[in-house]
Amino acid sequence: MTSPPLQRSVVVRNPEGLHARPADRLVRTAGAYTSDIAVVRDGQRVDGKSILSLLTLGATQGTELSIEVDGEDAPEAMAALVELFESGFDGDAEAASTPNPGP
Amino acid sequence: MKFSDFITSDAIRAEVTATDKPGVIEELVDALQAAGRIDADQRDDIVASILKREELGSTGIGRGVAVPHTKHPSIDQLVGTVGVSADGVDFDSLDGERVQLFFLLISPPERPGDHLRALENISRQLRDETFCRFLKQSKTSDDIFQLLQEADDDQFVSS
Repeated sequence: MTSPPLQRSVVVRNPEGLHARPADRLVRTAGAYTSDIAVVRDGQRVDGKSILSLLTLGATQGTELSIEVDGEDAPEAMAALVELFESGFDGDAEAASTPNPGP
Repeated sequence: MKFSDFITSDAIRAEVTATDKPGVIEELVDALQAAGRIDADQRDDIVASILKREELGSTGIGRGVAVPHTKHPSIDQLVGTVGVSADGVDFDSLDGERVQLFFLLISPPERPGDHLRALENISRQLRDETFCRFLKQSKTSDDIFQLLQEADDDQFVSS
């Protein structure tokens, strides 16, 4: 059974934008799925499994990106990727202005 | 953003001698200090802060490239430098490869956009294999500076 290719728009929410650490998170998430994953900004389409490629997007906070997923596990991959963007990459620890007080 | 907007030519190191992650970071921060881009009394704090960032996840982004960086309140505009290690250094890279090319960046706390634009420029240029190979083969800081200028002139990839 195959899934049709999926496409969703997301917005970069975290204040620091899509810098190295969120890009790393994105690549690790994308890498957990067999589907082909692309991220598109204004027609610039890059491999969602390559951190070097993702960084070329220079996506600052507020940038609208399109995620394209094609493959057998496309629905699961898309859900995981959208969740990453919507959570602002889990608060993006590097951006925290105060040091993490935690344990 | 171009390399010339943030790379300090006097701080470029063609022959990084350090053989581990903290050593490379210290060597490049010292190079920026020697070039007068950071204050001597901030040096230790900047090194510690870059190392702390590495603990969140290595900035070794693959292809033998790392972009160690931090934000620091003593900086009022983005500064950076380049280091090349002939033998490569174990940097806990995402792809497990040793790192030969280092782009160290220090940015002011409230300028995430500048940092992103510097990363965008570095990653875009480094996707070109010729540029990457030439950089790794560079023997002098002048060679590197010239390569960066050629990259700024879009001789490797078009923008």
